[in-house]
Amino acid sequence: MNPETVIDAVSAVFMVVGALMSLGAAIGLLRFPDLMSRMHAATKPQVLGLFLLLAALGLQMRTWWVWPVLLVAWLFQLLTVPVSAHMVGRAGYRTKHLHPELLSSDELEAVVQKAAQKAAQKTANHGVDDDDAGR
Amino acid sequence: MMQTVLTVTAVVLSLAAAGAIIRIGRGPSLLDRVLAADVLLAIFGAALCIDMAVNRHLNNLMLLVAISLIGFVGSVTVARFVAERREGSRES
Repeated sequence: MNPETVIDAVSAVFMVVGALMSLGAAIGLLRFPDLMSRMHAATKPQVLGLFLLLAALGLQMRTWWVWPVLLVAWLFQLLTVPVSAHMVGRAGYRTKHLHPELLSSDELEAVVQKAAQKAAQKTANHGVDDDDAGR
Repeated sequence: MMQTVLTVTAVVLSLAAAGAIIRIGRGPSLLDRVLAADVLLAIFGAALCIDMAVNRHLNNLMLLVAISLIGFVGSVTVARFVAERREGSRES
């Protein structure tokens, strides 16, 4: 069993598992009930799947200089995926695309209520100020 | 062995892309469609990776880096659009 065969086998396993991550994401997209749980499924091929496939590519090329480029690709993916997930999740929360009974904890609800109270107080104070200025 | 891997991954990725496209078509809200489009982009990147690994070339490497760099712009834009349209007249 020479090292070439071992490397080929490892990269073949990485490729198949990485492709299965994509399939898992598609099944999750089709079967999960609301936006938040679909987002959970959607991150599988974006992070772990991409990592496995880039590792398989690096193993197949058998040169050292590709690894930094692959690392750059993966790191940029790690940096940008949370940004889009944050924006989509926030928009989904604010437009009520979620089933509240499926959440195990909703830490944003208290913050949102506090902000709404503060905004209400501010407008009330603002009205009083306007009255004072009018007198 | 590589040909077998190529066949298996091609079938798996085709099924995954079909699922994502079904969700794009059916998705009840705009955000579901954006999410499915993101997944479709990830599947596309996976297909590029597998093509490069099986055929041992690096033609698509820079395309892959570019996808991972700017792939998030579309979903961020649409998410902002959705949040702003609902709030209507309020600034920000």
